[in-house]
Amino acid sequence: MYCETTFDNYAFRSLGLGERILPKTDITLCDQIILIGSGIIWNLYFCIIALTLGFISAIIIAIIRNNNYPILTRVTNIYVFIFRGSPLFIQFFCAYEIFVLLPKIGLDINLLFTTITLQTSWLTKAWLGALIVLFLNTTAYSSEIFYGALKSIPKHDIEAADAFGLSNYIRYKKIIIPTMLRNSWSSYTNEAIFLFHATTLVFFSSFPAWGQSGDALYYANYFADKTFNPFIPYPIIAAYFIFITLILIIIFKAINVYFNRHLPKERKRSINFLTNMIR
Amino acid sequence: MFEYCSEPGILATFDWFSCYLTNGKHLLFYKSFALIILLLLITAPLAIFLGLIAAVGIKSKNFLLRIISKTYANIVRGIPDIIFFLFIPITIDQVIEFTRHKIKCQDIIGSVWQGNDFIVCNIAKLPLNSDPQWIHDLYGFSLAILSFTLVYGAFAANTFYGAINSVPQSQIDTGKSFGMNRRQIYFSIIFPQMWRYALPGLSNLWMLLIKSTPLLFLLGIQDIVFWARELGGSKTSIFQYPHSDWRVWYFIALLVFYLLLTKISENIIKRISNKLYIPI
Amino acid sequence: MKKIILSMFVLAMLILPVSADTIRMGTEGAYPPYNFINDNGEIDGFERDLGDELCERAKLDCEWVQNDWDSIIPNLLSGNYDTIIAGMSITDERDEVIDFTQDYLPPDPSSYITLSSGNKAAYIGVVAAQTSTIQASYIAESGAILVEFATPDETISALRNGEVDAVMADKAFLSPIVAESNDELKFIGKDVFIGGGVGMGIRESDNSLKDTFNAVITSMKSDGSLNALIDKWDISEGRY
Repeated sequence: MYCETTFDNYAFRSLGLGERILPKTDITLCDQIILIGSGIIWNLYFCIIALTLGFISAIIIAIIRNNNYPILTRVTNIYVFIFRGSPLFIQFFCAYEIFVLLPKIGLDINLLFTTITLQTSWLTKAWLGALIVLFLNTTAYSSEIFYGALKSIPKHDIEAADAFGLSNYIRYKKIIIPTMLRNSWSSYTNEAIFLFHATTLVFFSSFPAWGQSGDALYYANYFADKTFNPFIPYPIIAAYFIFITLILIIIFKAINVYFNRHLPKERKRSINFLTNMIR
Repeated sequence: MFEYCSEPGILATFDWFSCYLTNGKHLLFYKSFALIILLLLITAPLAIFLGLIAAVGIKSKNFLLRIISKTYANIVRGIPDIIFFLFIPITIDQVIEFTRHKIKCQDIIGSVWQGNDFIVCNIAKLPLNSDPQWIHDLYGFSLAILSFTLVYGAFAANTFYGAINSVPQSQIDTGKSFGMNRRQIYFSIIFPQMWRYALPGLSNLWMLLIKSTPLLFLLGIQDIVFWARELGGSKTSIFQYPHSDWRVWYFIALLVFYLLLTKISENIIKRISNKLYIPI
Repeated sequence: MKKIILSMFVLAMLILPVSADTIRMGTEGAYPPYNFINDNGEIDGFERDLGDELCERAKLDCEWVQNDWDSIIPNLLSGNYDTIIAGMSITDERDEVIDFTQDYLPPDPSSYITLSSGNKAAYIGVVAAQTSTIQASYIAESGAILVEFATPDETISALRNGEVDAVMADKAFLSPIVAESNDELKFIGKDVFIGGGVGMGIRESDNSLKDTFNAVITSMKSDGSLNALIDKWDISEGRY
């Protein structure tokens, strides 16, 4: 099969591996499917890391916002307002311009056994700079979702925990956070889909593509430019996104079943993400 | 703008900025803000209308109608909106021109696709080549509105679908027992009640719509992002007002504009929902 | 008799649309001195002057349209405008897709610039260029690491901020930038001739329009007015 050579050449092109020169003439369907698929690696990378880190920090911020700390609550409220109140597209632009203006220095971090030099110039690269923006963005939205769920936890649930004499830590771990997650999982599923889709903006806003390594949309756009036919690459990338979105939904549904495992059948919640949108 | 602006090179800082910020290019920049507001005000009702139709379609008894509405409402959820915006306008444009070509130029045989070219006869073009530029701009803007409506109509369809389902079944049953037909049930029971349930979702959608307006720039429309990039880029002395790279300031200005827009919207929505006693 | 009338009618149909039609001229508006949007928000530059003169000589009614570089060819093909006049070098790759008129600028070198503190061999390091330009494909094949930006201005910013080691673009675009940089930027390496001169891009099916513009470009070349324009904007080293 001739697709195999294309696969060898371009399957990991988005990571800078394989053939360096992108196909220019005689572009086949194979080229398009494989290169766009190769770009998906970046979309998955941004989505998975931003979502994982954002999930943890969103819970922390939601708890901070739910308790009235004097300064901390205020600061987190302003942060959430800025990231929820402006388009991600503009956030990318601003962040890139600010990262670029930072002084170019290396920061040595001593990890006892080895020293890591952090370069501020990494911030202007998509893999770190865009990841930070996506992380901050999803944290803001998710914390809003979780904060809403925290506020609506019935008081008597928490009072019951107090009556058992549970410590603050155990109370959060065993009662408050699980309830919060269960109640907000539909909205959070939606947030995950939004974030995954938002990863396509990275190379379309400000972050430049290095060595022609970009995400799926970068390659789809490349082919649309080269072949002057948008009716092939864009449906291909759309198919990829539908497929991965479906997998995402399946995973989140499975987690939802896990959250509801202790409940009697009639109280189990099913995910209804299409009508539950907080963005 | 001001009379003393004829020689910007010799002006003091304040005067220089007063001239710079009021030159023709900046006036176009300010106008493009109005374009965003206009887009929002036109798209929102259209998307609500389309969403309503699709939601009723999903509930329809007609199999075909149900499948079409369901596919439409769900497929948008699976694809990033940016891909739609790169794809829909050109598709709509070609479909319209192709149809006009088939109707108006029946005598021309041969495909409209010649190699890489998409050629329709001159009178089938939309807008016509001889039309003034503002008609071309209007056409481009209409395509943008159509694209936004298609994407956000699907979101609205899901919101309305959920809202229709939230209307208590007992009320619908009561309507049935009064001998109402489907149409009457929709217009006198479901639609009036549905809004209360739909409002939280719709206000979220409005926020989503606001925050997707920078994508206009991808549709080849000279919007605020286009002008911010254009104005902020460094300028050599070929321009009247040379300066270094100021893009960061322009983008921060856009950020502030959007923060204001969402904040104002949020307050208005709060006021409406307070009036309707809807907790958001 | 009938045949003569008919053939005259056909002839008239063939000629009339060209002279009566509006020709839409697509340009990028971000590449001074070739084309840029001036402080009044109008398209300006060498190509504006040239295009207006060409249209006047060809008795065409011309309308200017701004379009971003990366979609400038697709939008020509789909008929949003009729010509591209945007400093586009004539290359085989592009010629397969669209047609070019004869060149209105002789082949002009592309150059590398870097910071004055930069390495002389910076052009084999990380080099910035605008997306889908001849320079971008040249860098991709030269072995250097290509970094693409949507507008030419962003490439210069990236160099100033230390993002990249060098920038490659048309020399006429880089010269004023280097001259006004207070010795911050400098040319390095040898000039490279990549494209085959700059021409107007026209749809392959639009032969009559191509002939019209070819004729007026020839007339501007022969009476020296094209050279005068090149002098005015200091846009090329070569002359016709």
